[in-house]
Amino acid sequence: MKFIIKRVLTLFLTVLIAVYLTIVIANAGGYVDKIAENEIRTNIVMAMKDNPNFRNLSTEEQKRFLEDRVQHELKKRGLDMPFPIRSLYHLKNAMVLNLGRAMYMTSDSGSTLVKSIILERLPVTVLLFTTATVINFLLTLFLGLRLSRRYGSFWDKLVISLSPSSVIPGWFYGIFLIMIFYSWFHILPSGGLVDYPPPSGTISYFLSVLKHMVLPLTSWIIASLFLGIYQNRTFFLIYSTEDYVEVAKAKGLSPRQIEYRYILRPSLPPIITSFALSVISSWTGAIVTEFIFNWPGLGQTMSQAISYFDAPVIVGVTVIYAYLLTITILILDIVYAIIDPRMRIQG
Amino acid sequence: MEEDNKINNEVVSEYTLRGILKEVLSYKAGVASLIILLFFLGITIYTVVAFPYSEAIREWNSSSAHLKKPRNAVPVWWGLFSGKNLPRNIDVTFNSNEGNPIHKEFSFTYDDFPTEINIFFKAKYSGDPPIVKIYWEKPDGERMLLEEHTIRSEEDTLYLSNNFSLENRLSTDIASKIGKPIDFSITVPRALFMKYSDKLEVLKGDYKITLDTKFANKNDSLSGELVIYGKLYGIAGTDHLRRPIQIALLWGTPLDLSFGLGASLSITFLELIIASISGWFGGITDSIIQRLTEIYMVLPFLPIMIMISLFYKLSIWSLLFVVIILSIFGSGIKTTRAMVLQVKNLPYIEAAQAYGASNWRIIFLYIIPKILPPVIPNLVASVPVYVFLEAILALFGVLDPTQPTWGRVLEDAFQNGALYKGYVYWVIIPSALLILTAISFSLLGFVLDRIVNPKLKEL
Repeated sequence: MKFIIKRVLTLFLTVLIAVYLTIVIANAGGYVDKIAENEIRTNIVMAMKDNPNFRNLSTEEQKRFLEDRVQHELKKRGLDMPFPIRSLYHLKNAMVLNLGRAMYMTSDSGSTLVKSIILERLPVTVLLFTTATVINFLLTLFLGLRLSRRYGSFWDKLVISLSPSSVIPGWFYGIFLIMIFYSWFHILPSGGLVDYPPPSGTISYFLSVLKHMVLPLTSWIIASLFLGIYQNRTFFLIYSTEDYVEVAKAKGLSPRQIEYRYILRPSLPPIITSFALSVISSWTGAIVTEFIFNWPGLGQTMSQAISYFDAPVIVGVTVIYAYLLTITILILDIVYAIIDPRMRIQG
Repeated sequence: MEEDNKINNEVVSEYTLRGILKEVLSYKAGVASLIILLFFLGITIYTVVAFPYSEAIREWNSSSAHLKKPRNAVPVWWGLFSGKNLPRNIDVTFNSNEGNPIHKEFSFTYDDFPTEINIFFKAKYSGDPPIVKIYWEKPDGERMLLEEHTIRSEEDTLYLSNNFSLENRLSTDIASKIGKPIDFSITVPRALFMKYSDKLEVLKGDYKITLDTKFANKNDSLSGELVIYGKLYGIAGTDHLRRPIQIALLWGTPLDLSFGLGASLSITFLELIIASISGWFGGITDSIIQRLTEIYMVLPFLPIMIMISLFYKLSIWSLLFVVIILSIFGSGIKTTRAMVLQVKNLPYIEAAQAYGASNWRIIFLYIIPKILPPVIPNLVASVPVYVFLEAILALFGVLDPTQPTWGRVLEDAFQNGALYKGYVYWVIIPSALLILTAISFSLLGFVLDRIVNPKLKEL
């Protein structure tokens, strides 16, 4: 427990710095300041509209009055200070996901708040990402274990010679999968989350989502399958030459028991370490995969925001990705602690 | 991480370039990767020498240079797989000083219809403009008046295939000639080249076009070109703007490869230096660098890249710089630092310290050369990562659109629905180049890894 609290604290600090860097980069073009000012202006205009005294003023006076209020509000929040101090205000807002209003985009529920746009898309992204990651992990683990038993066989050699295929990213396989299964065979949808119009029943809705997930998942898994199996198999082979495995064999344990107790268990920590690195870098691929398959998650939000040049949404999505990466690392840390007892003791 | 040390602790020291080349060539994968790399090198040299960059940029971004090329034409070699003799462009030039009316003959023996038919006029006149009557004669002797056209300016183009009144006239005329219900629509190119039957078929043979011009003045003249647009073009086809895709593919080769090589070379070497500093100095420097790598892990690389390239409109070379800055504290530092820690205590380093070598001398002359060999395979293998990064940024539309690169072609194809409309060549050819790059560098990295880490050969 102490270990986890310590990790959460350090990770919080890292995400704080990462978000701060994002703000500094974005604000070199003044974008973050503009987002904050627009937010204040919108709020003041909203408040003014309901005020009868304000409506009686002439347009010229209205404008001046509004400008005064905006300047006043900016001063009150410290936004007229030099950037280093101003940036802390932005940092606080970004950390609590108070990301301002989108310029053009709206969420499906009609809100222009960047926060609600992002939170609406987030579950869809997490669904695809987690499914792909879990399938990937289990598949490479068990196929790797099987292959390590058949060391030097035809399948072993095949996987080794196919492992360079992983240098091609998943989204790239996605393009080909769309061409084959959508444009050529017409058996799977080219993208999206569900059929249009969405099916009404829960089960048929679920099946429709599943059908739309097949291609993105496949593209993702193909990209990391062979290299993953190859790496895991190598780890298993390294650990299967340890002395305690020989001892276990001498004791007459069944191959299955040896495999699970003496080979799989100790080789999990290094496997998780290398897997963790690939999961972290696969967030990049996730953005592109969503874009290619029109999957209505954060990646697609990003590409829409690019086409509208919607700066608040772009900054917001970047901040959210920093959080997602941190959470991924934390989860992997916890998994690591469960699997490797030494981590728990050392703290 | 421990496993990496296990493999890397045998740091191999002495290699000559010739020795490495000889060893690489002893692997089939090595030979294959070198062949592909030579192919790219050949393209690069050819492009740089034969096709200056400024000219390529001008052609790629010019809207008028490609008017006489077919739109979305497939590559010539691609046409061979279709099993049909697909039409190529037919250009017929004419000039009024050859006599009036002008008769021009050409033969059309292809199995498929042309895509468009335009006539580009160049006229010289004073006073009233010339009026041209255009007659079309089919191989079976049928003669029809297509259009009576009054020249509108010195340079005038008659878009025959976009002429709706002509299309209506021809299609009702032909429908009545066939006299049976038909299940295809009759466009101008079809009407001019079809057999009159209820099956859509090309009438092969010699066609004749006649231009009968009425000049207002004796000295007026009319020349020009009839272009019958085909379905084949060049080695890579054309895109939706009639641009030959080969321009972008040719120049994309040096641009993409230098982007990939530049990024991976500089990132690897900077990481090497930073990791050596971190491992050699230890203490507070070490922990600052370690914390920085942890922060870098949380930095969302792609969103930040997109944000920067969109907000600041950078060229591909400034972006390269950004990529380097955003990657130098990457996860590679940890593995390299572990190697530095092992090398640090070797006797020859102690000897260097004993004779009073400075810290920097030790880092640059004794540590980095020692740990360089095991890092090289990663350097080579990571080139494709950055080549694909260029493609990703192009796909998101945040790269400079005037630069012809492979990613640019993919983006155009994607934006114009090539995946769904069946313009397969448009996606496949740039993809094939990307795949070849990826495979060749990763195979070379794989082979180099085996040479540098001989222990891997056993597994």
